[in-house]
Amino acid sequence: MNAVAIRLGLRMLRRDIAAGEVRVLLAALVLAVCAVSSVGFVTDRAGRALGLEANRLLGGDAVLRADSPLAEKAVREAERLGLQSAQTQSFPSMLRVKDSLKLSEIRALGNGFPLRGSFMLSRSASAPAATATAVPDSGTLWLSRAGAQSLGAVLGDEVVVGERTLQLVALVVQEPDAALDYFNVAPKAFINLDDLPSTGLIQLGSRVSYRLVVAGDAGAVEAWTASMKADLGRGQRLESIQDARPEIRSALARADQFLGLAALVSVVLAGIAVAMAARRHAAHHLDGCAVMRCLGAEQKLVLAIHAGELLWLGLLGSVLGLSLGWLLQHVLGLWLASSLGLVIPSAGWMPALHGIGVGFCVLLAFALPPILALRRVSAARVLRREAGGLEAGAVASTLAGLAGLTALLWWKAGSVSLGGVVLLGIVATLAVLALLALALIATLRLLRGRLRGPWRYGLANVSRRAGTSVVQISALGLGLMAILLLTLVRTDLISRWQQSLPVDAPNRFLINIQPDQIGDVRDQLLAAGVVAPELHPMVRARLVAVNDTPVSAASFADRGERAARMAEREFNLSSVPTLREDDNRIVAGDFWNAADSLQVSAEPELSVEESMATLLGWQVGDRIRFDVAGSTLDGRITSLRHVDWESFKPNFFVLVSPAGLADLPASHISAIHVPASSPSLTDDLVRRFPNVSVIDIEAVLAQVRNTADQVATAVEYVFYFTLVAGLLVLIAAVSATQDERLLEGGVMRVLGASSRQLRMAQLTEFASIGLIAGSTAALAAALISGVIARQVFELPWQPDWRLAVAGAGAGMLAVTITGLWATRRVAQVAPSVTLREL
Amino acid sequence: MEAQNAVMDSPAPSLTPSAAVEQGALTPMLEARALGKSARLPGSELTILDDVSFQIQPGEAVAVVGASGSGKSTLLALLAGLDLPSRGEVWLDGQALSALSEDGRARVRAAKVGFVFQSFQLLPSLTALENVMLPLELAGRDAPQGPARAILGRVGLGERLSHYPRQLSGGEQQRVALARAFVTNPALLFADEPTGNLDTATGIAIADLLFELNAAHGTTLVLVTHDERLAARCGRRIRLAAGRLVSA
Repeated sequence: MNAVAIRLGLRMLRRDIAAGEVRVLLAALVLAVCAVSSVGFVTDRAGRALGLEANRLLGGDAVLRADSPLAEKAVREAERLGLQSAQTQSFPSMLRVKDSLKLSEIRALGNGFPLRGSFMLSRSASAPAATATAVPDSGTLWLSRAGAQSLGAVLGDEVVVGERTLQLVALVVQEPDAALDYFNVAPKAFINLDDLPSTGLIQLGSRVSYRLVVAGDAGAVEAWTASMKADLGRGQRLESIQDARPEIRSALARADQFLGLAALVSVVLAGIAVAMAARRHAAHHLDGCAVMRCLGAEQKLVLAIHAGELLWLGLLGSVLGLSLGWLLQHVLGLWLASSLGLVIPSAGWMPALHGIGVGFCVLLAFALPPILALRRVSAARVLRREAGGLEAGAVASTLAGLAGLTALLWWKAGSVSLGGVVLLGIVATLAVLALLALALIATLRLLRGRLRGPWRYGLANVSRRAGTSVVQISALGLGLMAILLLTLVRTDLISRWQQSLPVDAPNRFLINIQPDQIGDVRDQLLAAGVVAPELHPMVRARLVAVNDTPVSAASFADRGERAARMAEREFNLSSVPTLREDDNRIVAGDFWNAADSLQVSAEPELSVEESMATLLGWQVGDRIRFDVAGSTLDGRITSLRHVDWESFKPNFFVLVSPAGLADLPASHISAIHVPASSPSLTDDLVRRFPNVSVIDIEAVLAQVRNTADQVATAVEYVFYFTLVAGLLVLIAAVSATQDERLLEGGVMRVLGASSRQLRMAQLTEFASIGLIAGSTAALAAALISGVIARQVFELPWQPDWRLAVAGAGAGMLAVTITGLWATRRVAQVAPSVTLREL
Repeated sequence: MEAQNAVMDSPAPSLTPSAAVEQGALTPMLEARALGKSARLPGSELTILDDVSFQIQPGEAVAVVGASGSGKSTLLALLAGLDLPSRGEVWLDGQALSALSEDGRARVRAAKVGFVFQSFQLLPSLTALENVMLPLELAGRDAPQGPARAILGRVGLGERLSHYPRQLSGGEQQRVALARAFVTNPALLFADEPTGNLDTATGIAIADLLFELNAAHGTTLVLVTHDERLAARCGRRIRLAAGRLVSA
């Protein structure tokens, strides 16, 4: 029987598709699958691209770092698991080229390094940079390009490293594993690991960082990291892709979640379209089912055939949706790859499974209830058409739909509470839109008396089918609102935020200014027209103890990963006699008095940024000890500060009262606004003070803006699905009333209406629906963007009514075109249709 | 007086149809010339109407009768220009309908033709008054409310102007339909089984009203029915059997 049902179901589907019966249902299904799978594909690919990038940053798939020589065991374990491995050692040391002497970072590379990524080398002044194929040969050395410049070294020079003299054969243009490190300006030298012993630099007590890099099969890497993790020695640390760039990784996870939830909004609307189309589909099959029952078919068979058709439909919809989704992500991938300059690997198959799962979930939750009701049709309908009308239990349908949605949202949100909040949000937004729509439809009734003939008929249709109109308007409104909101937030708020930046906001950072250069640098800046340049001392320090208790990263482990990382990395301490109050505000304790703070005898005072204090659990009164290049700095926290980081002026997490930093080695940092009138200012500065580095904040800002634009584009593309889903709801609603419309169109024709007059009536109907949907959406988007402006951006809010009007207009246009397209048959059909019994 | 005929090229109502025919001086209001309609079926052709010819003079009341399936409704659709014939021609008030486009035929209907259907066919989204106003508005006439109110009063629904079709009984709906048919003062009225969906008593009342209005407006009436008593109230009968004219 099952085979019969499946065959009959397939035959029925073929016929229904040919007759146009289930096209709306299929389209809604395709849209749901396409939305979910394309978003899944794209985020999956972005994740893989990030994985590759992270691998490059590590130089391999996983790294074991240690501060003492690594035991053979780790290498043997890697060999046993079939992994490639390579070792490096790095440490600070002085380099000498001719008369120039500089503290540099020496990196000794073992054979095979890097296992992932590569060095880009320039081997002659004329030839372009090329990828390195091996580590430096024994007896030779590479220098970072910036380092060579500051040492005054050129290719071919002899470079003295400890007791060895090595020949400079290449300049490193790009390192495989260099993170974006603006503050690391010391020269870097790369030598062969085999040359290291002969330099005599590795002595007992040398600060050497030992690294073992492995790469290979993902499973083997996992096994290796697991076994290493099991017995990490003191001073050893394990890094894998999962640990690399955790902030980007968690941002990507959030993006995946957010885009996924946004895609589900269109799935919700597609579900509504599916439910509408399924009801009509079931109603059309009533007679057929009654005849089958009359001929002796059991309920089970009737059900099996129609459920079978539904399954085939689900399969077809999934295949079409996946193909579309795949095509779309392919195009997006090309665009992303070219705009980010990244190699983006192809997607995995999980998003495809998710897409199919969502498709069937929508189908079962929204289309099954009316189909299930078919089996209850009475055979008596064969004799009397009125008998056994079909009403799928409204409560049952709604419950099934909601249950399906909740399951989807729960799955995508990853938590019941977030899923619940999103569901509530969608339902509440739809409810508000529905209420607004109802109010506007009521207003339409007042207008109707003033209109004539076809126009009045069109308006009358909106209010006659008020229920359907409200569903259409809310669905369309949701889609439009999402897009309008995004446009408002992106263009309006971001441009206003930029306007709120002062014109003279700093656009360059100068770092690494030495104490003896302060006066000259300041003079040169003043001469170039920079107004009152401020130079801030900067001292690099490591956290040693809190309230006399020694601390390490582990001490902050229970405060979260971020706290542990923050505690571990180097602090940049600075000092000011008086607080700059335009972007700093004391929130606890008191800032030091300028006069007292210069007293060397007093205990140094510390002022800590409030979010950092919260993160590390520090309070006013705590005693903090730092290590600065071997000497100790003890201070007491006397105040906590709120910092407005967006001022783009140099700000520091920890400020020390001036006397505290007096004798410590400091470089200086300054933020200046380079006037457009003297573009060569920084070049002149660097030529005169080669050690000073310049960071172009404008470029960084442009990068930030570019990224924000790309994120917004991704979100926008997801929201277009929502709009299309809203239009599908409109089409489903129109086709559900198609028979009525054909008949009434026929009557109008008989009464002498021209096709132009019929089209005018339809135009009035859909333009009103579009206008109501567009204006409710614009209103809601303007209000929500107001809340975002005030709460998130803390900007004064002025609604952008022009955009709202444009949005309402665009909505009206989209709905009118779609509606006219969906009802095109009404004006084309011969009027004699009214004489036949429908 | 509502008996005035508003359509310019219609004959004077005082002239009796038979006299007009005898004089042979007037264009027929409606003429079928060798009308035929076929439907293409897979492998064969089904003839619904074959070689039907007749003339109907202005002011005549003609019943089209025949058994179910004899082609009555098809003939009506062709005569009113709702559908095009496979063969032959229909002339309505001196115009060949087949020479006109669908919109051209719609204009002819708007100007000259009224309709009454078996299943009333009121537009459910419009009130009784709006339904009656609609043909006037479609024909582009000014101030449609006055005539619409007047004729609704004439059919006894003056108090139900703002009611929707669903709030009216079958008989009342058909009265609205009659009002809608006559409000434009059509030269020609087609009625398709106008009492078919009504009980006997209501049906008789509606038929009375139809003939009353018809007489008052001097309209040419073409009434399709299988009810012989209703047909008997018309001056002439055109009988169809199996798609052919049996008697005219």
